[in-house]
Amino acid sequence: MSIAAKANALWEYANPRKFLATSERVLPFFWVASIACIVVGLVWGFFFTPDDYKQGSTVKIIYLHVPTALMAINCWLMMLVTSLVWLVRRHHVSALAARAAAPIGIVMTLIALVTGAIWGQPMWGTWWEWDPRLTSFLILFLFYLGYVALWEAIEDPDTAADLTSVLCLVGSVFALLSRYAVNFWNQGLHQGASVMRAGAITGTDTEEKVSNVFFYPLMICIIGFVLLFIALVLYRTGTEIRARRIKALLARERVGG
Amino acid sequence: MIALLLRDLKLAFRAGGGFGLGLAFFLIVTVMVPFAVGPQSSLLSTIAPGVLWLGALLACLLSLDRLLALDWEDGSLDLLATAPLPLEAAVSIKALAHWLTTGLPLVLAAPFLGVLLNLPVPGFFWLVMSLLIGTPAMSVIGTFGAALTVGLKRGGLLLSLLVLPLYVPTLIFGAEVARRGATGMETQTPLLMLAGITAATIALLPFASAAVLRINLR
Repeated sequence: MSIAAKANALWEYANPRKFLATSERVLPFFWVASIACIVVGLVWGFFFTPDDYKQGSTVKIIYLHVPTALMAINCWLMMLVTSLVWLVRRHHVSALAARAAAPIGIVMTLIALVTGAIWGQPMWGTWWEWDPRLTSFLILFLFYLGYVALWEAIEDPDTAADLTSVLCLVGSVFALLSRYAVNFWNQGLHQGASVMRAGAITGTDTEEKVSNVFFYPLMICIIGFVLLFIALVLYRTGTEIRARRIKALLARERVGG
Repeated sequence: MIALLLRDLKLAFRAGGGFGLGLAFFLIVTVMVPFAVGPQSSLLSTIAPGVLWLGALLACLLSLDRLLALDWEDGSLDLLATAPLPLEAAVSIKALAHWLTTGLPLVLAAPFLGVLLNLPVPGFFWLVMSLLIGTPAMSVIGTFGAALTVGLKRGGLLLSLLVLPLYVPTLIFGAEVARRGATGMETQTPLLMLAGITAATIALLPFASAAVLRINLR
């Protein structure tokens, strides 16, 4: 009973007015909290943690790299969910949220790739390595580009929302497929990626090997970036809703006048 | 369904239907590669499987924007959508016609172009095999991309941007088969993966293409 009531309460925000009113109320909190978390996390990470005995001070790029990479993937997941909601329940806010999130995802992917390259240059001796993880991120970046380009190309907003939603669903399947294909492909190239082992900075390795000194500021940074992402999505969705309203008003004026 | 298939094939063969254009493109790309990387035959034979796969993929991509656009312009797509034949079937037939007019000729031409690039002898069989299994997936995925962009005036470039990422798994496994075949390694795993992708896309993607087409025809 209470779950059903809660679910109903969630759907209330499909009403653009309600969404705008609530998001405006909570946005300042998200802005302040996210900026506070990021500042504290970065300052703590950059100035108050020791250098890694192997990697020196380059290890500190982890505080930007890991949160942005995390958000790059979660952003696509969020777009997948909102696309599904749009296709099933036809809530405009949902489609607009997906549209608002995509450029944020692009920027996050780009930051993750660039910080990774900056770290990789002194550590691996190369800016770029066709490692499965890097490659699948690059592919994710291409998927984002196609998604945004399709949004921009179609005039009618509802058609655009429909088509991009289907693209998001199909793209998710293929992105996942590419992830495993790339894993397979690189194994075929060089047996056992020794570079990544030596670096020991990737995914599971990080969590096993990073000591608490690095872990706490990293957690704060991740929380900060999650909050920042939520704030940006709310803010940009609000902008999209307002842009849509202005368009509607102009159209009405043209017809009426 | 057979009538539709025959109609599409006829259109492709006659009057500037673009049949052979993909083949010519495939030939040109293959000829340009030695100019770009140098004529050493050892280097060429190393990269031959990958280059031929990439060339076939691009040739396939090139012909996609004509796949539905002509029918869209003269309104026969609307007729297809209202016909008793389900749109999913019509889309599948379109993809099949595309494969017969583009994919299959590419498969048949590939070994001859392989000679140009000094492809190692055991590679020929696997190249043809992998292309034969992989090109249907390219046609089906391409039909989805064409359906997405059919209403757009300048959809061509966007089409490439949308379709190429979707081609990644097919390309990886297909080229892997050809490469392993050329160097005499076992090819079973990537071949089965490639076949799996092709089978899955043929089975599932027409539904997405038809849904997208319905949105565009609305």
